[in-house]
Amino acid sequence: MHDLLIGTRGEKKFLLGNEAIIRGAVEAGVGFVAAYPGTPSSEIIDGFAALGPEIETEVEYSVNEKVSVESACAAAQCGVRSLVSMKHVGLNVASDAFMTLAYVGVKAGMVIVSADDPSLHSSQNEQDNRYFAKMAGVPMLEPATPQEAKDMVVTGYALSEKYGLPVLLRTTTRVNHCRGPVTLGDIFPGKSKGTFTKDPFNLVVVPMVGRKLHLKLLEKHAQLKETSETSPFNTVEGTGPWGIISSGVSALYVQDAVRELGIKERVRFLKLGMTHPFPERLVAEFLSGLETVLVVEELEPFLEESVRGIAQKCGFRGKIAGKEFVPRAFELDTVLVKKAVSRFFGVAFQDPEPLAVPQDLPARPPNLCPGCPHRATFFSVKKVFGDEAVYPTDIGCYTLGLLPPLQMADFLICMGSSISTAGGFSRVLDRPVVAFIGDSTFFHSGITGLINAVNHERNLLLVILDNGTTAMTGHQPHPGVWLTKEGKGQAKVDLETLVRGCGVKKLAVVNPLQVKKTQQVLQEMKTGMKEGGVSVLISRSPCPLYERRILGTKQKVVFQVTGDCRPCREDLAQLGCTAFVWTQDRGGEACVRINEVLCGGCSVCAQLCDAIKPKKIEA
Amino acid sequence: MTTEKNGRFHGLRLFFTGVGGQGTLLATRLVGEVALAAGLHASMSEIHGMAQRGGVVESSVVVGDIQAPIVGEGQADVLVAFEPLEALRALNRCHPKTSAVVSISPIVPFTVAAGQGRYPDIGDAVKYLKEKLAKIVTLDAEALAREAGSVKAANMVVMGAVAAMQVLPIAKEAWDACLHRLFSPKLYDINQKAFDLGFARVCS
Repeated sequence: MHDLLIGTRGEKKFLLGNEAIIRGAVEAGVGFVAAYPGTPSSEIIDGFAALGPEIETEVEYSVNEKVSVESACAAAQCGVRSLVSMKHVGLNVASDAFMTLAYVGVKAGMVIVSADDPSLHSSQNEQDNRYFAKMAGVPMLEPATPQEAKDMVVTGYALSEKYGLPVLLRTTTRVNHCRGPVTLGDIFPGKSKGTFTKDPFNLVVVPMVGRKLHLKLLEKHAQLKETSETSPFNTVEGTGPWGIISSGVSALYVQDAVRELGIKERVRFLKLGMTHPFPERLVAEFLSGLETVLVVEELEPFLEESVRGIAQKCGFRGKIAGKEFVPRAFELDTVLVKKAVSRFFGVAFQDPEPLAVPQDLPARPPNLCPGCPHRATFFSVKKVFGDEAVYPTDIGCYTLGLLPPLQMADFLICMGSSISTAGGFSRVLDRPVVAFIGDSTFFHSGITGLINAVNHERNLLLVILDNGTTAMTGHQPHPGVWLTKEGKGQAKVDLETLVRGCGVKKLAVVNPLQVKKTQQVLQEMKTGMKEGGVSVLISRSPCPLYERRILGTKQKVVFQVTGDCRPCREDLAQLGCTAFVWTQDRGGEACVRINEVLCGGCSVCAQLCDAIKPKKIEA
Repeated sequence: MTTEKNGRFHGLRLFFTGVGGQGTLLATRLVGEVALAAGLHASMSEIHGMAQRGGVVESSVVVGDIQAPIVGEGQADVLVAFEPLEALRALNRCHPKTSAVVSISPIVPFTVAAGQGRYPDIGDAVKYLKEKLAKIVTLDAEALAREAGSVKAANMVVMGAVAAMQVLPIAKEAWDACLHRLFSPKLYDINQKAFDLGFARVCS
């Protein structure tokens, strides 16, 4: 049995926040789960997939976040409890569905997890998705610990069903990827089959229905306010003339800071877990009798704005501060919160000085793995198109192509933007435009951009880097996956047919690990671009980590430098393989050696330099 | 900080650093699990970077009367480094009273190969760390792990040393019991042996 299914009420487990969310949903009898992977949310859908047939829950790796919300809301409409998880920017993609879903509502509980990423550990921005709950008018819960994450999922389903609304569970990286003790509850078997009652005048949002539903939503909102006033997730501790208000993981930093500063007797602390609708009365009561109040929260002044509004309404005369003392960008920690609290309340403290990091330590930036086929594709495209071309890129492992020596990424804003922005670049520039997108990202939101480019006859080359998986987030499947455990699987959606179906006439498929052939095809495509229109090159070779893990393919050779590599030095430097070790030969000239442990055996370097030869790996 | 004069354990912040693939996260989890089994509160935090292989991996675990799972600047009571260059890079998390366990087998980043910076001399690095930190154990975890049967068990060599430093109020037997729970029977023997070699290195 899967570890997350073992254990009954009262048992304690050391769970990752994302595992706690799974356990909460299982305890609540979830029947339908859908997601597109994205850090820091990916373990939720992967965890459900790993539970497999041990639970009856349907697990859908959706093509994107909008689709995940749409499929899961249909299940919830039929009386099946559903869960959707995504990273923060995923909710932007899903927002079209999300905003109107609040009008239409749900019949069974639906929990939507938005995993925000303060400090951009693995994201393109650090937006604060608490505003999405406010904008859509849906209840929001903000856990601080794995325990709360589990409890709030369970409560979230009850809340969702009571009001017929989806509930937003807003986490941050430090909740999703924190591991802490979680006391389990019993698992209630849910249902994965439901019933649907036709009710078009409440479920089909033509204007007359939408108008009515908006008023209904506002009514629900008023009732929800009462719930948040008395939510057990909103707690007050301590007494004193000073007040601190916080939510989510920030509340933990506050608790540690207050204890370490030794000001527990002087501080009343309001820890909020249900933050939308905002508990106005609770906050007004909290403010009464206080002299000064500090709001401690990560990112935007979401709580602070509400607290200030309430203070105005209830005539609070004390001082309120927030973002003047607490940074607006990046994550908080206990040290930052301690500084803010001590400055605001005028408490002196002395922490030991952090030690200095020695200067000039070499950086260890993330990089494409040794043997990664993307490196070979970038190398060949650069050989043929050079620095003259503009290279819009997209979101995936290949975004790392921006680093030297490859430097094959010029512009990126979001999933699917490479092809759409390439269309714009090509219209206003007299330079070749070559866009890159991964296979999973292409299915997620590249298709519409490609259709647009074809329709408007943009002159560009789109390179689809097809490694047969969603590599960066941990090898999740997608509609074009052509490697699976079971029978090495065929693609369900054929990429070539799809691209042709979008109206692309100039299409070629290459294996980027065949360097000469790839460059020859690229040269032909470059020549063909003179006639205008969209060309597509599918550069196909499996992610080596995925291939080894899923197919169990063993690496047979590593490559070794056996002679003089100097004539090919420039090419090898351009390739920038992470298994290369640069040393000096007897004459003091730079030459390459290959680290056998790291070499992925892709053979690209051997095709560039005659001095590099394969060496069999001894079993 | 942490342990009061009368010996009652209050809490401890441990900061882990290493390179992707070294088993940093499993090692961090071991501390959390063993603390929990001993009836102490524990909370762990991990960061998944952008690369699957070769980037810096940082994680932390706090034990005892501490709520927040991450370790800010100058807050680490214990530094656990699986690689010497990353030990130096993590010094801003430490203060003059920090204890450390550092594996000295280097993993040279590709930036060095590309001529952007030089990898520090290991002897100098160890000397520097010894000067700055209150207490430090250095060991070649890779070599000891090989002796135990697999280079992959280097993380458990380091953890053996951490256990032997007795920064946590947890007996050797409790660590052993936890290893037993965390590893499958197939992997247990090698990892237990690696752990013991690390442990012995400190006690000898």
